[in-house]
Amino acid sequence: MKLSRKWLALALVVGMPLSAQAHRLWMLPSATILSGDNLWVTVDAAVSNDLFYFEHMPLRIANVGTPPAGAPGGRGGEGAKLSITAPDGSAVEPQNGAIGRYRSTFDVQLKQKGTYKLALVNDGVIASYKDGGQQKRWRGSVENFAKAVPQNAEGLNATYNQSRLEPFVTSGNPSTETLKTTGSGLELSPVTHPNDLMAGSDATFRLLIDGKPAQNVKVTVIPGGKRYRDKLGEITLTTDADGKFTVKWPEAGMYWMEAAVRDDKAPVKDIKQRRATYVATFEVMPQ
Amino acid sequence: MRPLLTLTMSGAMAAPAMAGDMKISVEIPRLNVAEYHRPYVAIWVEKPDQSFVGNIAVWYDVKLKDNEGTKWLKDMRQWWRKSGRELSMPVDGLSSATRAPGEHQITVTPGKGPLKDLPAGEYQLVVEAAREVGGRELLRIPFQWPAKAGEPLKAKGEHELGVVALELKP
Repeated sequence: MKLSRKWLALALVVGMPLSAQAHRLWMLPSATILSGDNLWVTVDAAVSNDLFYFEHMPLRIANVGTPPAGAPGGRGGEGAKLSITAPDGSAVEPQNGAIGRYRSTFDVQLKQKGTYKLALVNDGVIASYKDGGQQKRWRGSVENFAKAVPQNAEGLNATYNQSRLEPFVTSGNPSTETLKTTGSGLELSPVTHPNDLMAGSDATFRLLIDGKPAQNVKVTVIPGGKRYRDKLGEITLTTDADGKFTVKWPEAGMYWMEAAVRDDKAPVKDIKQRRATYVATFEVMPQ
Repeated sequence: MRPLLTLTMSGAMAAPAMAGDMKISVEIPRLNVAEYHRPYVAIWVEKPDQSFVGNIAVWYDVKLKDNEGTKWLKDMRQWWRKSGRELSMPVDGLSSATRAPGEHQITVTPGKGPLKDLPAGEYQLVVEAAREVGGRELLRIPFQWPAKAGEPLKAKGEHELGVVALELKP
C-alpha cells in the first residue's frame, strides 16, 4: 500500500520522484498572483498520496529547516537545495524554514515586481549490483558513485536520476526572465505564462530535454482537492514533435503536473540510463 | 456501538446457495494507471433511509505492519461515518485482505446472526470502494427481505467498481 521508509528516503535523496510506485512530491505556494507592496508567500513542500494534503512526509530541502531528531524522513540526507530566482535573475533565500511531521514550510519575500521561479533540482545515481552473490543497492551523488560502487561489479545497473520541481509566483505584471531554461534535464518552457491561467482556457507549454524538444512524452495533470471528490480527474496529454502540449483547464484551482523521460543520455561517464522528471504546481484562476 | 451482523462468509468455492442465502458478487475492474493499488472495499446493509443495519465485509491492507493499513479506512467515507469509525480493526469474520482485479464472491449464510432476525422489509446492499492515489465509488442495490424468487439484482460502477450482483435464495 505504500513505499517503505527506506525507499522513500531514497526517492528523496536521489530525486527519483514519481516512478510507478511513488508518492507525489510537491510545493504549494500560498498564492501565485499578488498585488501591492511588502509581499510574501509561504510555501508548503510535502510528499503525499493525495493532492494537496499533508499526510505522509515533509519534502526535505537542504536550505529549509532542521529535521527534528528521529523524525520520519530524517534519514534521507539533506535533500537538494532550493533555488529561488527573482524577476531580475538574482537569487533569493527562503526564510523561516521549518520541517514538520508532514510538511516543510518556508517564506519568500517578493521585493521585486514580476515572476519568481522556485526550483528544486536534484540529481544522483541509483545503482544495483551483486557483491559475492548478494544483491546490493546504492544511491548517492554522481561524485561518489565511481568511488563507492565497484565499476566491474556483476550485474551493475546504474541509473542517473535528474528531477526538477517548480512553482511560479508573480507580483504585479508577469515577466519572462525567470522562465528561461538551463538546457539540462527535463524542463518546462512556457508558451502561456504559468501565472496567467484561467478556467475554461487553454495553456500551452513546451517540454525540453537538455534544451531540445521532448517529443512524445506523457504529461499528467491532476487537480488538487482530491479529498472532496470521487474521481482523480487526471488529464493525460502527450507532447508533439516540437515538445508542445496544451492543457484545457476544466476549472479553477491548484493543479499538479508531472512528466518523465527515460533515455540513455546520462551526462555521467559509465552510466547509460537516465530518468529525468519534471513536476510543477499551477494555479488556475476562475474566469 | 451498533451490533455487527455475525455472518459466516465463504469464498468463491461456496457451496450451492441455500434457502436464505445472500450471494454477492463484486467485480474489481482492471485499471490502466501508472500507480495501481488494490481498492479498499466495504460491503454493508442499510435501510432505504440509509440508516446502517450491518456489515458484511471490509477488505483492506491487513498485512501492513503496525496496523498501518487502517490509515486509509476513512477514505471509504460513507462506511466510515456509518460504521467504520466505531470499530477497532481488524475484526474477525469481517475484515480481510484487499482483492485483485476480477470477480469476487461472498456468500452470506444467515445462521443465527441478526440477518435471520432481520425484520421483513426494504433494504439495500451497499458497496463502497476507495483506491489509494485513485478514486472512490459507491453502489447501492435495493432488495426485499425475505427474498423473493427472481433474477440477480445488479448495479454497475463506472470507475472503481465493475458489476456488483446480489442473488437471494428464497
